[in-house]
Amino acid sequence: MELGVFYILAAVIVVSGLLVVTLKNIFHSALMLILCLFGVAGIYILLHADFLAAVQVLLYVGGVTILMIFAIMVTHQLTGKKIKHYNEQPVPAGLIILSLLILLIVSITRTAFEVADKAEPMPTVAVIGRALMTDYVLPFEVVSVVLLVALIGAIVIARRD
Amino acid sequence: MIEYSYIIAFLPLLSYALIVFFFSKSNKMASGVAITAVLTSFVLSTIVLFEVLADHGPHIFEYEWISMPGLELPLSIYIDPLAAVMLMVVTIVSSCVHIYSIGYMHGDPRFPRFFSFLSLFTFSMLGLVISGTFFATFIFWELVGLTSYLLIGFWFEKKVAADAGKKAFITTKIGDLGFLAGLLILYAAAGTLNYEDIYHLIEHHQIPVIILSAAGILLFCGAVGKSAQFPLHVWLPDAMEGPTPVSALIHAATMVAAGVYLTARIMSIIVVSESAAITIAYIGGFTALMAASIGLVQNDIKRVLAYSTVSQLGYMILALGCGGYTAGTFHLMTHAFFKALLFLGAGSVIHAAHTNDIQEMGGLAKKMPITSKTFFIASLSIAGIFPLSGFWSKDEIFLSILEEGHIGLLILAIVVAGMTAFYMFRLCFLTFTGEPRNKEKYEHAHESPNTMTYPLIFLAILAVCAGWVGIPWLHHGYASFVYHHHPHHPHPNYMLMLIGTIVAVGGIYLAYLMYYKRSIDPVAMGARFKGIYTFLFNKWWFDELYMGTVIRFVYWFMEVLYRFDQGVIDWFVNFVGRFGLFNARFWQTFDVYVIDGAVNGAGIVTRWFAGGLRKIQTGAVQNYAFVVFLGVVLFILFRFM
Amino acid sequence: MATLEHYLILSAILFCIGVFGLLSRRNAVGILMSIELMFNSANINFVAFSKFINPDILTGQIFSVFVIAIAAAEAAVGLAIVVLLYRNFDIVNIDKINFMKW
Repeated sequence: MELGVFYILAAVIVVSGLLVVTLKNIFHSALMLILCLFGVAGIYILLHADFLAAVQVLLYVGGVTILMIFAIMVTHQLTGKKIKHYNEQPVPAGLIILSLLILLIVSITRTAFEVADKAEPMPTVAVIGRALMTDYVLPFEVVSVVLLVALIGAIVIARRD
Repeated sequence: MIEYSYIIAFLPLLSYALIVFFFSKSNKMASGVAITAVLTSFVLSTIVLFEVLADHGPHIFEYEWISMPGLELPLSIYIDPLAAVMLMVVTIVSSCVHIYSIGYMHGDPRFPRFFSFLSLFTFSMLGLVISGTFFATFIFWELVGLTSYLLIGFWFEKKVAADAGKKAFITTKIGDLGFLAGLLILYAAAGTLNYEDIYHLIEHHQIPVIILSAAGILLFCGAVGKSAQFPLHVWLPDAMEGPTPVSALIHAATMVAAGVYLTARIMSIIVVSESAAITIAYIGGFTALMAASIGLVQNDIKRVLAYSTVSQLGYMILALGCGGYTAGTFHLMTHAFFKALLFLGAGSVIHAAHTNDIQEMGGLAKKMPITSKTFFIASLSIAGIFPLSGFWSKDEIFLSILEEGHIGLLILAIVVAGMTAFYMFRLCFLTFTGEPRNKEKYEHAHESPNTMTYPLIFLAILAVCAGWVGIPWLHHGYASFVYHHHPHHPHPNYMLMLIGTIVAVGGIYLAYLMYYKRSIDPVAMGARFKGIYTFLFNKWWFDELYMGTVIRFVYWFMEVLYRFDQGVIDWFVNFVGRFGLFNARFWQTFDVYVIDGAVNGAGIVTRWFAGGLRKIQTGAVQNYAFVVFLGVVLFILFRFM
Repeated sequence: MATLEHYLILSAILFCIGVFGLLSRRNAVGILMSIELMFNSANINFVAFSKFINPDILTGQIFSVFVIAIAAAEAAVGLAIVVLLYRNFDIVNIDKINFMKW
């Protein structure tokens, strides 16, 4: 049952991911990206990461993707069907990627992971929250600053002056 | 003052520089500066003379010049009575000539240049007189030679003058070569060129006599050239092509006396070396006789005087060769005055008559009273008539020859004295007395301006009186002042005085008969002694002899060298050149095709590579990212698989 | 039962899809999307390792939170750059932006 759900989610993710990179219409790509991100959220649930799944949906699907769509709208090149959407190197890139994939799969299957048989705390929100405020407070603050800087930077870069 | 005596020499040099750099356009300023300089030098020389009279010295002042390990060549000033006397003579004659030149050179387009050369000459001559080392003497010696060349060829538009300048320069150079060789021998033997040190060494017999003889004779060669002694006398008569003041200053009174001065300076050597003394005495005697004999028949007024000069210089050399230091230098002084006077007088005549040929003159005494009178005084003086200065100095010379015991030379000297009297008065009578032989020129003749006559008068006074300082009865006269080692006062020999006077008067009387009374026809005499006359008239054929032997040999040798040059040297040079050319062509080809090819090839290859490689640098980030991932794949592949 | 390897291989596939998009898409926004795919593949890895290797302390999940935050920041800056590019050069095609060569 669980494996079946995994395969379905995996199929959704892979297909929609492929469509993201292959569709000519960039807006369609954005929609496929949303689908793909939803699939990933499903994978998180499957992995008992309920908080992350929620964050995925809220931040990615609700934030980043909307941002992308805004950008597409602003740049007016949504449906230019005539324009080439690939550069001159999709074939060599594909070959490289394929070989990379094979190598990764080979290395994954060859590796013997020490799988621990423990149960994770449920729900995870409290644990994550506590960890962020104690052990990971420094990275947390750093990321806060990074976000701040990125936002200010984005405003500065895109500002019309 | 005496320690600053170099100022005497450097004033004319300053004048030369001033004229050359500032006054080369202004006649008045040029002559003014030159005359001021030389007159100041004259005053300073007088002061020096009085100081030397008080203390005979020699006064020596050394100045460091070339000083390095193994070669010490100081410059020094050496003022002894002889130098003091010479300073006087040179500055007096030079002053007179400077003043005289204002009139004589009037209207010459190169007037300032003439005065600059005169100044340069005066500087060189004074430097020669005061220099205290043979080396400095040599330098000034050459400088005088140079200025002599410049002044003889002053009217270089005339080919004769230019040629005469060259002849004088080259002929004296032959003598200078000997001078230089003697100098080097002396330096090798003594290790110094200072007069004082060398005299000291000779006195203490530090230098072998044989070397001294060689050095002495070689140094005397320089004097032979400069003082126009046989066999290098040929240049002096030709040098008369220069302006007459130049002839008076350089070729009568001072520069030609430099040879005598040098001979006097090497008196120490002459005293020691018998052979050198004999050589010098005989050369002097022969020259005196030869030149006087040529002078008997010449028709060019200046040439007669030139041969007279050569003859008188021979006298001085003869005296010095006989050890008559006092006699030789005494005659040098008196001769300087009366010969300068004669030349200036001749210049005055030429200036008036516009000719040098005495056969075209005659009767000029009426037109030129001052010139003719002073000329007669000078002639009397040179002929040796009592009590003019020439009488005393000539008598000194006879005495010194007699003391040495050279009876032959003494007779020769007396004969020359007679000849001198004859040709001088032949000149006088032909020029100033009788009927004018060229009416047209006679009409135009006139007395010279004051700037020319005043020097004549001044010199005439000296020609009369200058000899009185050497009167034999005067024990504190010239002989007590200028002497070698010890003052020497020979007893006056009245016999010699009488003979000398008789011979001189005889010569004058003969000239009187032939050229004034015309009781003996000179033309008939010439025809009668045709052989001798032609021989003398052609100056013993010396020029032709030299032309036929030395010059011809030189030409022949030149021809040989020319052929050698053309045939061998040039061929070789051309061969080397051709070979070089061929070689160059070969290497040029090599260069163009191989070296340049390699260089260009390297460039082209680099460019080609770069052209290919720069495509990698596309500037498109995705290409770079592609390479990054290619790298990742390869890394994994080779690191982990 | 889905094992760790399943998730890792899924993650690898998704990563490779992202890389392919990164290397071959011309549109700058498309490239940013590809990068988001790669981020997600990384997150899947984190969470999967957290679940299977060290389930009790949730380190992987915490780092996934950080990654999402960084991704958000990256998206913001990247899209600002895209807008700027479009405004200055009137294009969003990354292969035309090659003036950094030579």
